[in-house]
Amino acid sequence: MTEQKKFSIDWALMTGLLTLSAISLFVLYSAGDQNTDLLIRQSIRITLAFVVMLVVARVTPEQLLRWTPYIYSIGILLLVIVLGAGVIGKGAQRWIDIGFVRFQPAEMMKLAVPMMVAWVMVKKPLPASLPTVILGFIVVAIPAFLVIKQPDLGTAILIAASGLVVIFFAGMSWRIIAVLAGLLAAAAPLGWYLIRDYQRQRILTLFDPWSDPLGAGYHTIQSAIAVGSGGMYGKGWLNGSQSQLDFIPERSTDFIFAVFSEEFGFIGSMILLLAYLFVIGRSLYIAIEAKDSYTRLLCGSLAVTFAIYVFVNIGMVTGILPIVGVPLPLISYGGTSMVSLMAGFGILMSAYSNRWFMH
Amino acid sequence: MPDFEIKDVFRETRVFTSRSIVIGVLLMLLMAILLTRLFYLQVVEYDRYNTLSKNNRISVVPKAPVRGLIFDRNGIPLARNVPSYTLEVVPDQVRDMDALLDELGKLVKLTEYDLKLFRRDIKRHAKFDTIVLRSQLTDEEAARFAVNRYRFEGVELRARLERNYPLKESGAHAVGYVGRISTRDLEKIDKTLYRGIDFLGKTGIESFYEDILRGESGFDHIETNAHGRVVRTISNTPSVPGKNIYLTIDSELQLIAEQALGDYRGSVVAIKPSTGEILAFASTPSYDPNAFVFGISNADYSALRDSPDTPLLNRALRGRYAPGSTIKPFMGMVGLKLKQSPAKKVYCPGFYTLSKGGRRFRCWKHSGHGSVDLHDSVVQSCDVYFYDLAHHLGIDAMHDSLSQFGFGSKTGIDLNGESAALLPSRQWKRAARDQPWYPGETVIAGIGQGYVLATPLQLASATSALANQGVRMKPHLLMAEEDTVSNEKNVNKPVMLNSGEWNADDLSIIIQAMVDVTDSPRGTARRIGAGSPYKIAAKTGTAQVIGIKQNERYIESEVAPRHRDHALFVAFAPAEKPDIAVAVIAENGGHGGSTAGPIAHKVMDYYLLGKQPAKEADPS
Repeated sequence: MTEQKKFSIDWALMTGLLTLSAISLFVLYSAGDQNTDLLIRQSIRITLAFVVMLVVARVTPEQLLRWTPYIYSIGILLLVIVLGAGVIGKGAQRWIDIGFVRFQPAEMMKLAVPMMVAWVMVKKPLPASLPTVILGFIVVAIPAFLVIKQPDLGTAILIAASGLVVIFFAGMSWRIIAVLAGLLAAAAPLGWYLIRDYQRQRILTLFDPWSDPLGAGYHTIQSAIAVGSGGMYGKGWLNGSQSQLDFIPERSTDFIFAVFSEEFGFIGSMILLLAYLFVIGRSLYIAIEAKDSYTRLLCGSLAVTFAIYVFVNIGMVTGILPIVGVPLPLISYGGTSMVSLMAGFGILMSAYSNRWFMH
Repeated sequence: MPDFEIKDVFRETRVFTSRSIVIGVLLMLLMAILLTRLFYLQVVEYDRYNTLSKNNRISVVPKAPVRGLIFDRNGIPLARNVPSYTLEVVPDQVRDMDALLDELGKLVKLTEYDLKLFRRDIKRHAKFDTIVLRSQLTDEEAARFAVNRYRFEGVELRARLERNYPLKESGAHAVGYVGRISTRDLEKIDKTLYRGIDFLGKTGIESFYEDILRGESGFDHIETNAHGRVVRTISNTPSVPGKNIYLTIDSELQLIAEQALGDYRGSVVAIKPSTGEILAFASTPSYDPNAFVFGISNADYSALRDSPDTPLLNRALRGRYAPGSTIKPFMGMVGLKLKQSPAKKVYCPGFYTLSKGGRRFRCWKHSGHGSVDLHDSVVQSCDVYFYDLAHHLGIDAMHDSLSQFGFGSKTGIDLNGESAALLPSRQWKRAARDQPWYPGETVIAGIGQGYVLATPLQLASATSALANQGVRMKPHLLMAEEDTVSNEKNVNKPVMLNSGEWNADDLSIIIQAMVDVTDSPRGTARRIGAGSPYKIAAKTGTAQVIGIKQNERYIESEVAPRHRDHALFVAFAPAEKPDIAVAVIAENGGHGGSTAGPIAHKVMDYYLLGKQPAKEADPS
């Protein structure tokens, strides 16, 4: 049997993903005013995303490693094009329109950056030495900078995180980590002046949402009320008054967790978190089992990035993090992020098919 | 990969595994933070948030815009908004619904029907939605409730604007009515446009110009107390009122047309030929649109729907009638256009046959008209002449030319549900009935019988094309729309449908014949022309409702009322410079000249002379 033919589905991971997709449709029915059109569209997206996953799952880790520099370069090129078009069009620009489909290069970089950093890391034996680490930082900084310029700070931070996680997994020494953490702490006050007004406002609101209950604090207050009033067992499906009465803004997209939590309560939220934890845990397990360092680093980063999405979104809805436009992975309504997420799971599936002890 | 240094695979794995453990611990920590936070919100602080949610102090309440008004061409209101009190209940805030309804019933009148609708609405809505229990409270009822309001938690007295149609039955088929948004409506409309709005236009102008009349919803950010009652408004986005609409209808003329129809089922459509403005759009019997606004009861609705007089049918728009002899001037135009000489004579012995000894197509005048030309046959309405003309033209040539007058197709008037009626052709019969066309069918089509059907609107529109040098203008009801904020008026421009390329000489031949219908001693409507200060070009029509066998005669007094002939009349005046074109249909009215003609006459007299029709002499 040649390596290219090796392909099997990890049913444990698959079950986790299908469970989350099913939950998505359930909540969306309630969040979207029981609109069946919305459900149909989301079902089509989910199906499409699963097809993408299965296609990517057939790419072997060797092929992926070979293509990595090209994918990364194309991604950078597209970011430059988008930015250039934005400058000419005098407005924020995040999309590339290729006739039948609109496509966001930043979304592609969520995969391309950890791939490229992993590629750089495995050039030399691990743990990564200082020059390799610096090279890794450069690989992360270029796309992050381009995405900040779009401007999309939230996505830039997530892209940077996905690359930095790879460097961490590659064994970057604790001394460097300590120095960086120190620098970050020192730069924080400076950062306060660099960020924009509305971003500052969002952070301030976090500490005292009631200072402006109808303006900046509105999202935070209303979604906290929704979650809190759900109580232990929730108000029941389709019966969340906060959700159904329009108090929660963007309730089928970024704030969908508020709807879920109001209607299914603490018990429901715990079950959802466990479902996420299962998917994350299984992904980390696949990473550890992976047959080479490149695949391990990449898969580890994908698992952690997924966890970060979950944490940032739920943290935002429950009022412990400022409001950033991060959807709840696999549950929120919307297409682009779902496709890149599922492509990531495709890489994990491929890693599983070609795992360590299969040799 | 030759350029890679030799790697210690086990060391690399160890590095990764140890880092994974660190990451795993961190992730568990993050999850623990989320769970702690959720536990804090949902369990520890549950009571506080639950209270906040129950009486969510700040809420966004959509504000319905004021619907645009509808006026006639002289500014007389046809649809207006009048203040009215409604009792509204939020079921979620009511502890014992039955007890509450019992108590409320002692203060305000609650009918079985009110309660039935209310219970149905409770099932349809979420329990925290506001549901109307009673509308149109009297001032006294409103006051009685206001005094006792503290006893009824979850019940709110609200002043709303209610749609009202001051002219009631008059013009109802044109203006239409609004009604509550139904479940079926909800599937069709864009819900974001209807935030806070409970009503939409269901028929007529109210429905056709819904987007203009509706306006845009506004929003109030309001603060409520623990009982859900509004304490104060914090901020608001004002709603934008809908635009007012001015119709081309003259409501006085409309009323006169309806009164002239009297007890007949039928229709009168009057058009200004030069622009296509609809001056009157009557369909009798009519109905009171006010009954529909708050939901008509099933019994009342069934009575309207099942009445043999079909008051809900918009006869002007959708009534399909055989045009009978009123089609003759148009047939005459077609003949002239296809080069039949106006001087050609046909001998009328009282019947027509396609072959010797074949089926006899009878002329209404059994003794026959003798030798007649085109002019005589229009004036005296000779059937034999037009049987012969139709036979020579053939059904397809008739179809192509008559369709230029708008027969067989929708006029495009600004109302929904218009009927195209029917202008037959070989192709139509093949497609619709899968049968060949028979020559005899062409013959009777020549006098507007058989398959030929037209709506009163089509007849009026075709007549106004004759009056307007053959140019057919699109019939329309919208005269102007008025922005209620800036008072800016936007006048609707007339649209030409087609010019038909009719020859001016041909037109004057036909118009002269139509004038002689009222103005010559042999004309079928000579009684109408007598003494008229302006010249009327007209054509009478009598359409058979039942078939008469070959050797039977039609005797009006012996036929059941519902089987009597329909009376038709088309006219325009003044003939030299037409200002109004009218089509009249009186179902089972008998003869066009004697029944439908006087109705049209009253309409034209009022419009041209400002003359009120003389009151019928009271016999007592």
